[in-house]
Amino acid sequence: MSLLEVDNLRVAFDTEDGRVQAVDGISFSVEKGKTLGIVGESGCGKSVASLTMLGLTRSMNSRIEGRVEFEGRDLLSIPETDLEAIRGNEVSMIFQDPLSSLHPFFKIGHQLSEAVLTHRDVSKGEAAKLAVEMLDLVGIPNAEARSHSYPHEFSGGMRQRVMIAMALINDPKLLIADEPTTALDVTTQAQILGLIDDLQEELGMSMILITHDLGVVAQNADEIAVMYAGQIVERSSVEELFFSPQHPYTWGLLGSIPRIDRSSEEPLIPVTGQPPSLIHPPGGCRFHPRCPYVQEACSTEQPSLETTGGGGTHHSACLLSETERKALWASLEKSPDPASAIAAAELKVARR
Amino acid sequence: MLEYILRRVLWGVAMLFLVSGVIFVIFYLLPSADPATLRAGRQASPDQIERIRESLGLDRPVFIQYVDYMKQIFFHFDFGYSYQYETSVSSLIFDRLGPTASLTFGAAILWLLMGIPIGIISAVRARSLLDRSTMVISLALISAPVFWLGLISLYLFADDIGLIPILPGAGSYEPLSAGPIAWAGPLILPWTVLAAASAAVYARYLRSDMIDVMGEDYIRTARAKGLPERKVVMKHGVRSAITPVITLLGLDIGVLLAGNAILTESVFNIPGVGRLVLDAIDKADLPLIQGVTLFGAFFIVIFNLVVDIAYAYLDPRVRYDDL
Repeated sequence: MSLLEVDNLRVAFDTEDGRVQAVDGISFSVEKGKTLGIVGESGCGKSVASLTMLGLTRSMNSRIEGRVEFEGRDLLSIPETDLEAIRGNEVSMIFQDPLSSLHPFFKIGHQLSEAVLTHRDVSKGEAAKLAVEMLDLVGIPNAEARSHSYPHEFSGGMRQRVMIAMALINDPKLLIADEPTTALDVTTQAQILGLIDDLQEELGMSMILITHDLGVVAQNADEIAVMYAGQIVERSSVEELFFSPQHPYTWGLLGSIPRIDRSSEEPLIPVTGQPPSLIHPPGGCRFHPRCPYVQEACSTEQPSLETTGGGGTHHSACLLSETERKALWASLEKSPDPASAIAAAELKVARR
Repeated sequence: MLEYILRRVLWGVAMLFLVSGVIFVIFYLLPSADPATLRAGRQASPDQIERIRESLGLDRPVFIQYVDYMKQIFFHFDFGYSYQYETSVSSLIFDRLGPTASLTFGAAILWLLMGIPIGIISAVRARSLLDRSTMVISLALISAPVFWLGLISLYLFADDIGLIPILPGAGSYEPLSAGPIAWAGPLILPWTVLAAASAAVYARYLRSDMIDVMGEDYIRTARAKGLPERKVVMKHGVRSAITPVITLLGLDIGVLLAGNAILTESVFNIPGVGRLVLDAIDKADLPLIQGVTLFGAFFIVIFNLVVDIAYAYLDPRVRYDDL
């Protein structure tokens, strides 16, 4: 049985401009010890989906449907107090901006031990000791002394280490990392990803890694779900996704990664156009207004996520036939624009 | 930090000099009346008035008067003698400070006790019926003039003229030395009236602060940690939102001690600093006006400093070393 199973999750918010369908029927599962990468551009609903799993979007203005089953319990229907017992304990979360995500007025040692004291029956002294151990584990030098510092006294990378320590202090079964490296510079980003990877192995937890950066998931994920306008448009193993991507949007994402094996003169190929409105999403396939391979049926018929190969593990939601897509991808890969060679190279490195 | 405090104190002293100079100039450019004529009585001859002017030292150049006045304060802590009371200004002020401080601090406690919980609840239940109704009421309280509110409260509750005569009315002030109950009883109405508008201001202020804070990322983190919502609000939320309120409190107390409770003191006939200064202006009692103004400026400077120091303790990001 999977650790986490999300079934047809839908999240909508009532706003003054109308109802925003931020997440529109997504399903996926996370296996024990594995990492699922959720990839998509800003505003595609990936963060909302993850916050909803922990009940953090519950409010008067939100409508949440579907099921999020964690070890057999539906997180969407259990009462708030039960959720509180799970949050930060069995399922933890780290966020994009570590400075704004840490309380500016409390010492970090206090913020960490607070997480312990919320869930465990230990003394303040023990909690403080655990906090220092955890800070040490995530590579904060001189952890004992630094636990008395305030968040603003740390660098960006160190702050994210603090956030990771706080998320992992209760030994969670699942870590949801929402753009954990987006606010960091590239070298720090690599360190933090490496750290997360090591800790995941050490603690044997599962992870959902949310990012807009395919390079990040290439290194860390086992499975990838590509989200577009609140829906999952492609889901497969990492290898499958990078070697035979099936959805035009995924091709677009791959084409916008810079590549070392290509001349720097060669332009990156962005996905043209703007992400669609989630209040009035386009009819038919949501990607059709931006899709270079759009056909007539695309504007009326909504594609569903269907198995397209990869031994039954590769799913894609596109109206193009499998043969058409294969042919298109083969020609794309040969042509000097988007291809996945760099991603494949990264993959080899990551797989050691 | 110490250096910062020292620098602020020096600035404060400079500020007091400036204030005293400005008061002198204002008084001479726009006198409320001629002190000598007022003191001379109804049938005084020009000669008599002239003699009084001389005895008060008012015939000398303004600048000399000012330097003299400052010298007395600086070397003898002597603020001169009031023209009308013929007692030392400092003893007059110290006598009046008790009632004003009683009024100010009591009201401050009351408005905090009302404003803070209302602000927090309104923020947490933002846009609810409770929130909307408290915000409407608070707007009404802010808009209501103090003297009107004071008179209404006397009309309703004062034991001499009230419809429901349950509380001591105007002019019944007793010092704390008369016993805590005798002291507090007559202050209940003035405290409530003075606190009403401030409680409303603080509630609205804290509400909007708190709504901002509750949208911060670190509040989401606190929730993601699994903290119960009550603790998220009361600890993580309030800790941030209360800081600006403390600032406001410091400044408000300074201003009230400086004599700004003048309307409340007048309505309830409390012998405080506000009434003293009103009287002094009426009688062109320059030494008294000067004294009260300087004391007021002193309180404002002091409480500003206290606020800044408190801020450094409340917000660890604020450090004054590099200012």
